[in-house]
Amino acid sequence: MNPREFEYHAPHSLDEAFSLLGKYGDESKILAGGQSLIPLMKSRIFSMPHIIDIGKIEGLRNIEINKSGARIGSLVTISDLESEREIAELFPAIHDAASQIADPLIRNAGTIGGNIAHGDPGNDLPAVLVTLGAVFVLRRSGGERTADASKFFIDTLETDVHHGEILTEIVIPRPGKKTASAYLKAKKSAGDFSIAGISTCISMEKDGSIGSIRMALTSSGPKVIEVTGLEEICKGKKDYNSIAEKVSVAAVSSAKPSDDFYGTVQYKKKVIGILAKDCLKLAMERAEKR
Amino acid sequence: MERKVNFNINGKKVDLNIDSRELLVDVIRDHITLKGTRIGCDTSNCGACTVIVNGKAVKSCTMLGVQADGKEIITIEGITQGEELHPIQKAFMERHGMQCGYCTSGMIMTAYWLLSNRKNPSDEEIKRYFSGNLCRCTGYQDIIDSVRHASELMHSEEEKIVVEQR
Ligand SMILES: Cc1cc2nc3c(=O)[nH]c(=O)nc-3n(C[C@H](O)[C@H](O)[C@H](O)COP(=O)(O)OP(=O)(O)OC[C@H]3O[C@@H](n4cnc5c(N)ncnc54)[C@H](O)[C@@H]3O)c2cc1C
Ligand code: FES
Ligand code: FES
Repeated sequence: MNPREFEYHAPHSLDEAFSLLGKYGDESKILAGGQSLIPLMKSRIFSMPHIIDIGKIEGLRNIEINKSGARIGSLVTISDLESEREIAELFPAIHDAASQIADPLIRNAGTIGGNIAHGDPGNDLPAVLVTLGAVFVLRRSGGERTADASKFFIDTLETDVHHGEILTEIVIPRPGKKTASAYLKAKKSAGDFSIAGISTCISMEKDGSIGSIRMALTSSGPKVIEVTGLEEICKGKKDYNSIAEKVSVAAVSSAKPSDDFYGTVQYKKKVIGILAKDCLKLAMERAEKR
Repeated sequence: MERKVNFNINGKKVDLNIDSRELLVDVIRDHITLKGTRIGCDTSNCGACTVIVNGKAVKSCTMLGVQADGKEIITIEGITQGEELHPIQKAFMERHGMQCGYCTSGMIMTAYWLLSNRKNPSDEEIKRYFSGNLCRCTGYQDIIDSVRHASELMHSEEEKIVVEQR
């Protein structure tokens, strides 16, 4: 089905986009790859008089890796993210997640910026970027600011992008030595959203004990949820078996899933508990090898 | 709202006036009247509408026609050489990669994209690349066999060309 009537704009520069956003105010909506927005427009759950397609703006498709980490343009597609070797090497959780988002055809069109800015708690990249300590660059006419991934997600389909702003870059700090990440996702079928997903980032000390750990959950509440209480359980510990059960309980008690098509609350909590253990194990194994 | 767009579709330039609301698949089927690209689910799930845009396979039911302005599009009609079928099409015939045929043009376009990236995909890779294309008839195994067979046919065609050039 066709979307409702709208006027389409295709700016070629950020400045042009800012002036359109300024002119049409809250009667306008940004379109990137369209893989989240177009289905909503087609089903007429969502409509807007002015659609501003940022897909033709130059300079937002670079992946730059340098000494301090990675800078990823917001229009980088999920499939480019998936196939970038250095990203997989530095941030394995990004590769784990990107290669499981929707299907390869949707990944060819969908962008990292859209996956974040949509604010869908079922999208896989937010949890990963929270655990990696990413920072988002938000530009507006004549200025810019940064927002920490951990504070960016407000509620379902609600983020810290103010009107008139465009998410232009995702900045991820280079992981230290003995640091690794992992993302696991339980799903009903290939190409589907998750029943639940979990991202973990772990740093080990020189003696092989856990120095710091972050975990965040997908599809487990109204927005991405960071698991709390992990440092107390894990800090200074070397043995997976001594912490796995406690980490699993912490993940389940942080989660706020609801009953839906993907399962009951009870079932989802069971899944989250298992994913937490498996993801902890994978991240620890990866960190030890670094 | 009407808007002027131009694409290169199957090597031909086209200038059109389309409504901003129109989906790429409808532009291809109704304006350009190429009916090989199908609409299955119309909800980004089945892949019957798969076409190549700037070298990558995408779902044309989930792209606006206006988004494709200035881009290069390849549809199932664009892969044959005159009357000669593309090796992927031959492979699907020889390995029975279809029954009702509804999903087939999408399957073939995904195969076209896969085989332009990977000459010799493993069965695992084929399965992964095809996770966005549904078939309600074949049970998939014949499609996987067809794609593998297509990669062999494409190799032997390449070799033939090299031999002829000598
Ligand atoms: C069948 C199907 C299955 C899917 N499965 C998954 C899945 O398993 N996991 C998953 O994570 N996602 C999944 N998705 C969602 C989709 O793949 C992603 O969310 C998508 O990549 C979003 O990116 P986009 O560029 O297409 O965003 P768009 O649809 O263009 O935009 C999404 C939202 O973000 C805003 N926006 C986009 N870019 C910017 C920017 N630079 N600055 C400010 N605001 C911006 C838009 O205004 C809009 O509100 C699925 C989608 C479909 C159709
Ligand atoms: S018709 Fe486009 S994915 Fe089914
Ligand atoms: S051959 Fe009938 S849907 Fe695939």
